Amino acid sequence: MENFTPYTSTFGGIMIGLAIAGLYYFNGRILGVSNIIYELLKKGSSEHTLWRLVFIFGVLCGGFILLALKPDSIGTSPMSIGGLALAGFLVGFGASLGRGCTSGHGICGLSRLSPRSITATFTFMGTGMLTVYLIRHVAVL
Amino acid sequence: MKWLTLFLSGLLFSLGLGVSGMTQPEKVIGFLDVTGNWDPSLMFVMGGALAINMILYRITKKRTCPLYSEQFTSPRLRKINIRLISGAAIFGAGWGMSGYCPGPALVALPSGIVSTLIFVIAMIAGMLLYRLVLGKNEDNEAEPVENRP
Repeated sequence: MENFTPYTSTFGGIMIGLAIAGLYYFNGRILGVSNIIYELLKKGSSEHTLWRLVFIFGVLCGGFILLALKPDSIGTSPMSIGGLALAGFLVGFGASLGRGCTSGHGICGLSRLSPRSITATFTFMGTGMLTVYLIRHVAVL
Repeated sequence: MKWLTLFLSGLLFSLGLGVSGMTQPEKVIGFLDVTGNWDPSLMFVMGGALAINMILYRITKKRTCPLYSEQFTSPRLRKINIRLISGAAIFGAGWGMSGYCPGPALVALPSGIVSTLIFVIAMIAGMLLYRLVLGKNEDNEAEPVENRP
């Protein structure tokens, strides 16, 4: 547990929660990143596309700010390039099929106590833990 | 103002992911590694985010509409079905393999790390395949809308 960071993690979590609550209060939108990207793949009205692009622009700007002020906050994955391509594919396909990811189901859905989101969150946490167990302790990949 | 709030919400979300540790795949994997050197930090990320959002959600619910929009959107689907469970299961496998979920992967894109770019391209490819194979009838569904009294 030497990497345990309860204070910064809670503080970061509060920032995430404020961003989600703000998007809902000001714009009535649910902050689910996978859905925001997925909807951009559809043809929609300019409003449909534009709000998502502006939001993603904000996320990318945040990435630049983090790089400038706290570069060690952006880490790299221990997975190989091939493994990352497969993982990315599974994340994209799975989030589309399950209609949500860590933000949409894990935070937005859980905070409204949606039974679908509770089910999804327990499921992806479970398979995530199982996958890490298989890779780290059984070494299947 | 509307566009500024959309931008700021993306910005704050991104900075929150960075501060909380979600943009370090090793830390995410450390959280999922319950039988190894477990790092419970991500429970605190979720706890902080859920607590503040639950409180503010109750305040927002008292409004008839959002400040800069005509209606609140809300997911239409209510049923727990095989698509939800299998999708979440597949998503979790990819999340555990890489330590990336969609939000943090976008935050990490400006770093120029090639592996992040490959992850994001593969993620969009996964979404496109879903859309081609299973997502076609979705276009007939209306934009999710909830009108509250």
